[in-house]
Amino acid sequence: MDPLILSRIQFGANISFHILFPAITIALGWMLLFFKLRYNATGDTAWMRAYFTWVKVFALSFAMGVVSGVTMSFQFGTNWPGYMETVGNIAGPLLAYEILTAFFLEAAFLGIMLFGFRRVSNRIHTLATVLVAGGTTLSAFWIIALNSWMQTPVGFEMRDGVAHATDWWAIVFNPSMPYRLVHMLLASGLTVSFLIAGLSALRYLNGDRSESMWKALRTGVFTAAILIPIQIFAGDQHGLNTLEHQPQKIAAMEANWNTGPHVPLVLFALPDEAARENRYELTIPDGASLILRHSASGVVPGLNDYAGNHPPVFPVFWAFRIMVGTGVLMLVVSWSAAFFLKRRHSLPRPLALVMVPMALSGWLATLAGWYTTEIGRQPWLVTGVLKTVDAVGPVAGSHVALSLAVYLILYALLLIAYLGVLVYLALKAAKDGDASPLPGVLDAPLSQPAAK
Amino acid sequence: MMLDWPTLLPLIFAGLMGLAILIYVILDGFDLGIGILFAAAEDAEQDTMIAAIGPFWDANETWLVLAVGLLLVAFPLAHGTILTALYIPVFLLLVGLILRGVAFDFRAKVPAGRKHRWNRIFFLGSVIASLAQGYMLGIYVLGLDVGLGGMAFGALVALCLAAAYAAMGAAWVIYKTEGELQKKAVLWLRRALVLTALGMVAVSLATPLASPRIFDKWFVWPAMLYLSPLPVLSAVLFAWLWRQTFHLPKPNDRHALTPFLTLAAIFTLGFAGLAWSFYPFVVPDRLTIWQAASAPESLAIILVGTVVVLPIIIFYSFYAYRVFGGKATDLTYD
Repeated sequence: MDPLILSRIQFGANISFHILFPAITIALGWMLLFFKLRYNATGDTAWMRAYFTWVKVFALSFAMGVVSGVTMSFQFGTNWPGYMETVGNIAGPLLAYEILTAFFLEAAFLGIMLFGFRRVSNRIHTLATVLVAGGTTLSAFWIIALNSWMQTPVGFEMRDGVAHATDWWAIVFNPSMPYRLVHMLLASGLTVSFLIAGLSALRYLNGDRSESMWKALRTGVFTAAILIPIQIFAGDQHGLNTLEHQPQKIAAMEANWNTGPHVPLVLFALPDEAARENRYELTIPDGASLILRHSASGVVPGLNDYAGNHPPVFPVFWAFRIMVGTGVLMLVVSWSAAFFLKRRHSLPRPLALVMVPMALSGWLATLAGWYTTEIGRQPWLVTGVLKTVDAVGPVAGSHVALSLAVYLILYALLLIAYLGVLVYLALKAAKDGDASPLPGVLDAPLSQPAAK
Repeated sequence: MMLDWPTLLPLIFAGLMGLAILIYVILDGFDLGIGILFAAAEDAEQDTMIAAIGPFWDANETWLVLAVGLLLVAFPLAHGTILTALYIPVFLLLVGLILRGVAFDFRAKVPAGRKHRWNRIFFLGSVIASLAQGYMLGIYVLGLDVGLGGMAFGALVALCLAAAYAAMGAAWVIYKTEGELQKKAVLWLRRALVLTALGMVAVSLATPLASPRIFDKWFVWPAMLYLSPLPVLSAVLFAWLWRQTFHLPKPNDRHALTPFLTLAAIFTLGFAGLAWSFYPFVVPDRLTIWQAASAPESLAIILVGTVVVLPIIIFYSFYAYRVFGGKATDLTYD
């Protein structure tokens, strides 16, 4: 068994599992702050009920994110020692700053946010919510800075095969970093707004007409409706940035085999890397040239320029299409729902039925987006500096096979349990409606010790 | 030794990493220990025990992230060497931490009938994580050479470290609870102490025997004299704590925190002994902290952040502990 392939599958599985939870906690923290501020401003307990319903989801997602994140950081050493040995001088400080500035902040104030409602003043509780939300976002900032640097590395020099930093400002704010960060933050916002809208729709379908359900539903739907066009614009800008810095990735995303003008936009195809052509192609003439170069005769890079040095075409091509397709679906659903909520003050049953599975559309789009960008980086781990194949460690294939099998089973079971709890919480909230106990008393983890 | 930055920085980071590991072992030690003690507790007691660690465990575990993070960022060469050598126990540790970390949250949110399942997973995760850490410590002490004897020694240390964590957990329960559960915890503490002491003796004997270099560091005059307080003080504290277990709990809950602080002191002494043994190596007898360190300019930039942030972290950790001070049994649902 080849430890390289197994390690790649293992890391891929781990990061796929991990990203699901930051995708929720980053924006959910701010959403909770919004609920809390609305409560502070209006004194309406329905906002606080919404807060306490969703803070449970936050806690669970945070725990899932922490444990899978710890697993990921260990894998740098267990499976990819070549990574830190080569670029540790740069990755190290960025990771250190993530732990120092973000991780502790979240972890310490999460306790107050979850269990401290009766222990500290309302003001401190709100402050704890701000700090946790800020912490998760700061965490994303550092991780994306590192990831972007791996995609578009600058501000360093190689000495004896080891990267040394020369310009920290350039490293952190590397060319693709702002685009990637905005794209990811918006993705998190969309993931959370669809999750809230979808689970609220589930409550609605189960007969829940409580004030807290409506508040959450409206917040989710309107946030999604506002964010999705912004995301489409940001995604397009990110694509143009990729064209500039990682043209081979764009060539794979478009399944464009030959560089030239008048490149069509491929809507559907089965890219065949052996024959270096697309089967069953459905195209729009000049489409890719128009989108990427804003001119029908614009030259679009093709894979022929990067023979032997470009990412696998099939997964990148399809991951990109799944992401864009999901985005279009998000646009249609969120705008329809916003229309009915705004104009008719109601939610048609068929639309509610569509919104329930759409609760996970953010996850689908985020994963597809990450596959596009991460597989699109291959065969490089750090573009032009370190190849994935050169970073793998001297671990026996059988050991990796064992750990991989256990991780996969564990992740699958945890995912089922997580989704099960989300649905259970929604149904329970639907049953209790606003007759549930008052906020602050609501949470079962008796972790609600009395004030002294 | 020239005290210039390239010399000092790895030294500082080795110190910080050691500090992070020590704080982790003490703080997450009691979380893991409470998970282990779940096996001996009733339903209602389990709820109280969870309440005793609920607001803290997340921040406690973060010290492990910091410790491994520092190993990763400050000593990248050692990070790879140690973690690839310990692939399987690290993997088990992670599985344990995953199970423990999520069970904690799930048990409070699932339908009542499923709670037991997550309680068992919480116990299982805590046991696996503790055993894996002990095994790793055992193998590290022997210089990362794994033979059959090494594995047996690793297993012994694994058992003893799990017992030591159980002792920490029991001490924390003594501090955070009252009544029957508190009395029970005193008994738990007494039983766990025996294995804890055995583990410390085993590691103390094995370390110098595994490496002539370490032997020579301890058993030469006058180093022996300077170092003698470490084992002597540890033994005295052990004996004193053992005696205390026959008198606790005391009227008005006096000395409720003492067992925990005593254990923390014993851990610190043991840790100091290990640090003395292995310094200046980060991979036993193979890589010194200077050979394994990142470039000075990278360490410098991390140090700037650390110096600013560490006091803040310590400050707000104290704040969080103060907010959730007092007995965990005082539960109200008003």
